[in-house]
Amino acid sequence: MTVKFTINGVKVEAESGDSVIDTARRYGFDIPSLCHHQAVTPYGACRVCLVEITKGGRKKITTCCNYEVLDGIDVVTDSEAIHKHRAMVLELILAEAPDAEPVKKLAAKYGVNVSRFERPKAGAAQERHDCIMCGLCVRVCTEIVEVNALAFNGRGYNRGVGGPYLEAPQSCIACGACAWVCPTDCIGFVEEDGMRKVLKWDRELPMEKDEDGRPFAPKFQLHYFKEKFGLPADIYKKAPGTR
Amino acid sequence: MALIANSAKLRSYREELVDKKAKEGKKVVAICAGTGCNAYGSPKVVAAFREEIEKQGLSDKIEIKPTGCHGFCERGTLVLMHPEKQLYQRVKPEAVAEIVDRTLKGGEVLEEHLYDNPVTGEKHRTEHEIPFYKHQERLILGKNGEIDPTSIDDYIAMGGYDGLAKALEKGPEAVLEEVKKANVRGRGGGGFPAGRKWETCKNAPSDKRYIICNADEGDPGAFMDRSILEGNPHAVIEGMIIAAFTIGSDEGYVYVRHEYPLAIERLTIALAQAREWGFLGKGILGTGLDFNIKINRGGGAFVCGESTALMMSIEGKVGEPRAKHIHTVISGLYNKPTNLNNVETYANIPLILDKGADWYIGKGTKGSPGTKIFSLVGKVNNTGLVEAEMGMTLRQIIFDIGGGIPDGNEFKAVQTGGPSGGCLPASKLDLKVDFDSLWEEGSMMGSGGMIVMDDKTCMVDVAKYFLGFLKFESCGKCTTCREGLRRLHELVTDISEGKGTEETISLIEELCDTVEAGSLCALGTTAMNPVLSTLKFFRDEYMAHVKDHRCPAGVCKELITYEITDNCNGCMVCAKRCPEDCIAGEKKQLHVIDIEKCIKCGICKDVCKFDAVRVY
Ligand SMILES: Cc1cc2nc3c(=O)[nH]c(=O)nc-3n(C[C@H](O)[C@H](O)[C@H](O)COP(=O)(O)O)c2cc1C
Ligand code: SF4
Ligand code: SF4
Ligand code: SF4
Ligand code: SF4
Ligand code: SF4
Ligand code: FES
Ligand code: FES
Repeated sequence: MTVKFTINGVKVEAESGDSVIDTARRYGFDIPSLCHHQAVTPYGACRVCLVEITKGGRKKITTCCNYEVLDGIDVVTDSEAIHKHRAMVLELILAEAPDAEPVKKLAAKYGVNVSRFERPKAGAAQERHDCIMCGLCVRVCTEIVEVNALAFNGRGYNRGVGGPYLEAPQSCIACGACAWVCPTDCIGFVEEDGMRKVLKWDRELPMEKDEDGRPFAPKFQLHYFKEKFGLPADIYKKAPGTR
Repeated sequence: MALIANSAKLRSYREELVDKKAKEGKKVVAICAGTGCNAYGSPKVVAAFREEIEKQGLSDKIEIKPTGCHGFCERGTLVLMHPEKQLYQRVKPEAVAEIVDRTLKGGEVLEEHLYDNPVTGEKHRTEHEIPFYKHQERLILGKNGEIDPTSIDDYIAMGGYDGLAKALEKGPEAVLEEVKKANVRGRGGGGFPAGRKWETCKNAPSDKRYIICNADEGDPGAFMDRSILEGNPHAVIEGMIIAAFTIGSDEGYVYVRHEYPLAIERLTIALAQAREWGFLGKGILGTGLDFNIKINRGGGAFVCGESTALMMSIEGKVGEPRAKHIHTVISGLYNKPTNLNNVETYANIPLILDKGADWYIGKGTKGSPGTKIFSLVGKVNNTGLVEAEMGMTLRQIIFDIGGGIPDGNEFKAVQTGGPSGGCLPASKLDLKVDFDSLWEEGSMMGSGGMIVMDDKTCMVDVAKYFLGFLKFESCGKCTTCREGLRRLHELVTDISEGKGTEETISLIEELCDTVEAGSLCALGTTAMNPVLSTLKFFRDEYMAHVKDHRCPAGVCKELITYEITDNCNGCMVCAKRCPEDCIAGEKKQLHVIDIEKCIKCGICKDVCKFDAVRVY
């Protein structure tokens, strides 16, 4: 069903079920995001996509990645208040991930170059190394890769992401999808010595070699895909590209 | 076959019960068996009474009835003798034989068991004379002192399930109008009008709707919902059935906090009886209404009390709030329209149906009809559960019901509304307590927490305490709440340690603004209340910490010094008790504290009988 509403006064259309953020971007409006990816369910964690939405005469500041389009709403993607709140959210995030380039860049765009919150910190938060708890890795692993290797652990400022009970995730197939999608690039994914390593999860898997002896993918991953898609037993004898 | 086939049968059944009780003419001795009194040994008191009654051959004259909480737990075990409502408090099993002999048999009043008013020194004989009870309006809690919660007959005899019978006769539309007219507002925190919520849920297109009762009660120190469930579970069940009938639901859940075993036990018994008697199940009271209720044990986290997290938890997932751009009344449990109300909200419903909306709106204020149960704690003479008519002032609740501040100290502030409530100063004591007035002053009704603070309390320390609680209970999903509350806690801690500046205060205010605007659920969006309200009403105190590095209340350890004054007579008690061995002095000589070594534990001040230790 087609839904009609306005963004910054411009009349727009979308399909019901679409999110405000995706629609806005389709129309060329710029809204920052750190925990959003079109391929997975919206989660609403980072809070940088704050906008103003007026519904039934009531204006509210809200995140828009997890806001499904509705007939007749008015969306404003930038205002003094929005700018101020986004800047504050980014200042909080910058203190969590002071070394992450994408975060630094986005924060700078909002005039935040140093965070007033940065300080030596104690406890679990310190171990997080630039993770901003966006949950993209968890959602990608669950919804796209479908191996459910990752989950959130703990709550509040003690929240962490990893395998169950923060142990190395046992069902990880080292596909690297989480590392690819991580907004702060803090997962770390390398291939060396015939091994594939997902550094943050402490997962190391040997690579299968093709007929010419070139390593191309972790055995575990291939086994999983074979099972999942019912592929013939020798499908992976050749590396992609030589097949 | 259900015991009560229809409304006519319910009425005749009640008449029989009442007749039977009248014929027996037994004197009822209600002994509180709530969680509080149980801790004081109430089961032993009950057993002692039963044994003594048996021994003295009084079984056909006196009924011993264990009940739910009477609200005055600090005075447990409470023994309430009907019909005059003579009250004995702090009753121990050893005293029982004498009470049976002299009071129940002999009609004598035993002074030593009467309530002694700490303010006036007077002794009061009956519940109506005790100020703690006298100024309350106990529409809901009052029945706790009369009903055996394990007996559905007790509830029915008092008019129980009559509200349901009337509702079924009226039809769902008329019931909805009645509930809307009564304007009963949610007692679980938000104060949203229940009638409007019911209406939206009823009109949401679906083949299935759910009714849920929120009994997660996670606010520290709160126990109103527990006490209702323990003392009068059928009132909640009846309220839920009426909601189901009105909205059109056949399935209900009570989501009970995990740490409430007694409430779960009493609720389980009550549900089984309601089924057997025909108030639950198929064709309730001979109508087409089918409805059942299941108990769901809470997930154990404070945030599980939030509506979306609670529903996730019932579905077996991790209880974490999700965005509510589409309300749970439209798409809630298993994506079906779901009506969630609090325990106390449901307990109000049978009253409204039984006595009518007109009667109900005659109680309380225009915007907030009825009563509200508070858990009155902190620096106040009478602590306990208090049911006050809406619109009573804070002063009336704290001084008339609560008996004022103990030890001759001054009132300083009252924190209302649980961990995200605000602190109100003495200048607001005449504020009428209702949903809107509290909100306007930067506090809230919440679920009814009321913590009284005296002049020995530091408001910076108070803000720090609540932030500490909230940052720990945040689920951690949103940046604004997870990081925002952690940072707020750090900043307020800085101030309490003398490391803050005026910039710290403005950063706090700036950050509060974004935490409020940018968080997903109400835990985050209300978390700034304790800080902002203390900043608003006690800014001087923050300034003293920041500018003079001084804690005026003498609480913040980093900013205080202990000193022994001339009042010291050299009794040596403090020197012996000091854990750091840093008090020196000869017998009968002035003692001195080595402030380098002192860890500011306060023991010396507590043990000195001569008021010689000073904090500055
Ligand atoms: C963090 C959090 C905790 C909550 N805990 C409770 C609770 O323990 N009991 C309760 O009734 N409502 C609680 N609520 C409020 C519920 O979300 C909901 O508003 C309420 O149960 C609705 O019932 P009412 O309208 O009858 O008050 C909580 C809300 C939040 C944000
Ligand atoms: S690398 Fe492992 S944890 Fe990451 S998405 Fe793939 S399977 Fe999941
Ligand atoms: S590791 Fe990366 S993707 Fe995963 S939650 Fe942290 S920041 Fe997000
Ligand atoms: S506001 Fe706090 S408790 Fe609520 S969803 Fe966000 S992080 Fe969780
Ligand atoms: S307890 Fe009091 S009076 Fe006794 S030595 Fe210490 S300060 Fe002096
Ligand atoms: S405050 Fe504690 S450590 Fe300091 S002098 Fe008194 S008893 Fe000793
Ligand atoms: S992108 Fe919307 S909350 Fe992160
Ligand atoms: S438990 Fe007995 S009065 Fe509260």
